[in-house]
Amino acid sequence: MSGHTSTYVPTSRWGKWFDERLPIARMIHGQFVDFPTPRNLNYLWTFGGILTFLLVGQIVTGVVLAMHYQPSAAEAFNSVEHIRRDVNYGWMIRNFHSVGASMFFFAVYVHIFRGFYYGSYKAPREVLWILGVLIMLLMMATAFMGYSLPWGQMSFWGVTVITNLFSALDTVINGLGTAIVEWLWGGYSVSGTTLNRFFALHYLLPFVLAGVVGLHLWALHTAGQNNPTGLDLKEPSDAVPMHPYATSKDAVGLFAFLILYAWFVFFVPDYLGHADNYIEANPLVTPPHIVPEWYFLPFYAILRSFTSTFLWIIPLGQYAKLCGVVAMFSAVIIIAFAPWLDTSRVRSAKYRPIFKWFFWFFVFTCIALGYLGSRPAEGVYVAWAQVFTVCYFLFFLVVMPVVGLIETPKKLPRSITDSVLGGGAVLPTGATAAPEKR
Amino acid sequence: MIKRFSYALAGIVAAMALVPAAASAAEGHAEIARQHWSFSGFTGQFDKAQLQRGFQVYQQICSNCHSLKRVAFRNLVQPGGPEFPEASVKALAHDWPNKITDGPNDQGKMFERPALLSDPILGPYKNDQEARASQNGALPPDLSLMARARAVERDPPWYIHPFLMLGDILNSYQEGGGDYIYALMTGFSDPPAGFHLVDGKYYNHAFPGHQISMPPPLSDGAVSYQDGTPDTVQNYAHDVAAFLSWTADPSLDQRKRIGWQVMLYLLVTTVLLYIGKRRIWSAIKH
Repeated sequence: MSGHTSTYVPTSRWGKWFDERLPIARMIHGQFVDFPTPRNLNYLWTFGGILTFLLVGQIVTGVVLAMHYQPSAAEAFNSVEHIRRDVNYGWMIRNFHSVGASMFFFAVYVHIFRGFYYGSYKAPREVLWILGVLIMLLMMATAFMGYSLPWGQMSFWGVTVITNLFSALDTVINGLGTAIVEWLWGGYSVSGTTLNRFFALHYLLPFVLAGVVGLHLWALHTAGQNNPTGLDLKEPSDAVPMHPYATSKDAVGLFAFLILYAWFVFFVPDYLGHADNYIEANPLVTPPHIVPEWYFLPFYAILRSFTSTFLWIIPLGQYAKLCGVVAMFSAVIIIAFAPWLDTSRVRSAKYRPIFKWFFWFFVFTCIALGYLGSRPAEGVYVAWAQVFTVCYFLFFLVVMPVVGLIETPKKLPRSITDSVLGGGAVLPTGATAAPEKR
Repeated sequence: MIKRFSYALAGIVAAMALVPAAASAAEGHAEIARQHWSFSGFTGQFDKAQLQRGFQVYQQICSNCHSLKRVAFRNLVQPGGPEFPEASVKALAHDWPNKITDGPNDQGKMFERPALLSDPILGPYKNDQEARASQNGALPPDLSLMARARAVERDPPWYIHPFLMLGDILNSYQEGGGDYIYALMTGFSDPPAGFHLVDGKYYNHAFPGHQISMPPPLSDGAVSYQDGTPDTVQNYAHDVAAFLSWTADPSLDQRKRIGWQVMLYLLVTTVLLYIGKRRIWSAIKH
């Protein structure tokens, strides 16, 4: 996979025989045992392993749930209640799955913010980053369809609202949007047909996701891991073997994360959901507030911030909905362009005094958008959502290119080893540790 | 890392201390007060006697209009619920006024039979249309999931919001449905001056819109408790809300019990893994 060659030596005759025919043990040894890992990784780097665990966990619990679930408008809600009440430990499997979706997004957001802070998207990790954005898109599609399956009020109306977004295309080509929406629904409204196909896709997409995760790992092990200094591995002392060093740290991170996960599963399983979803779907009764799951709220806020007049002066008129839809999808897609939008050659924000502040403001922007997405779309909430939507896109389109040009980075350590041992101070400066301008 | 973590922990603890004060400051306008429940918090469990009283209220009052179709008679016997003796529940099922429609029999006819332990607790109406026809167009909803399907919305200022959320998560607050049911049961009164009440509706401060089709169901002395609990509306409301919290979440007792075992296992394992990790890394500065 990478420049690193495996030091695997088969110990038995059978092992040697097998290795000559399928060197899978050699590959695993090379990639996950003696793979060189930066010695200075902090606990934020355990989230990759946590996410892998969560993906496997969601697939395992999901397959078990699918054995008891019935994807039809008449029986979906009843079968979920059957799982909660009559299936042995069904309540636990179901909680693990529904809370697991939230945990998955929490972990992936931490993982992405870590990438932003330490510049993990920069060369040579662009493809790794783009695959990551693709994973996030697949996760969103999977989670959205999964939320429709209990067929409660919020499931039904969430599907109605989100699939209806495509009807905004009617303002571009008359009839196109409506045609797409009816094609998605398999009819003229959200119905059991829609539920059935969503179930099929919800079962399919996690396996597609697993495939892309495989590519993500491949790209990771080709470019090597980034680290808090953002420096490349330069000398052997910069790295430690993955096992037992990174693995022991990953195990601590994973179990600490599981404490959080289990707290929600066993003590507040419904906190992250919505009470309306315990009312069976009713096409004739619209809930007073249709709110998506918390992990979609920032994007939902961006969607709704495009009203007929944007930011008091920009008239959008009939195109408001289309602009909102385009902005919402752009908000995800634009992340994929970060490697080229950021003009600084220094990766880690640790050495970027100006970018660091913008990073934290970006985190605040996302949380603020999340809060605003949970509020009713009226009055001051819409105005603030518009302001923060602008902030969100400015981070990518202005902050990333401009800060890279005007910022003077702090002096970088010569190597990871020096940054750890404080050796940079004793080495003659200038020769090797010239701070990279731009 | 440890230092930073301990700062974060200290911050959370400080926030915890501030939350109740902030919450009460923000809730000056809140109409639905949080009640004390035996099953609230992360250690709370259902009070068997209270569930039994709650079922009595359901049986003598609510079941005149409302079904409990996701609960079977056998559930009333199971651990973690009211735990009535099996024989008495068998008799209860047999005498339940709303019979089970079964069939077709050998003649191809549907027939009615008394309920068995395995049958759901049905209400008086065969379907929604019949219910609406006899209730002036209003539909008495099934009560099985009522305590999960209702929540108490709070609308604090944005800067208090995160602390309230954190407080609710750490206190594992899941009893909004019970609080709502209690508030609804005790929330009937004459409408305030100037409030236009539609004919045939009743004023209730907890109900969204304040106009509810259900007449005040509870009155002092309407149900005679056998265990010495005073026969008051407050007690009825509290007990029936607890009972409906159980019907909506029958695995609560087991869930929290297993939860503590899981937490204990995870905490110990995390500490052991951390010690192991420190020993592995002890030779390497990082």
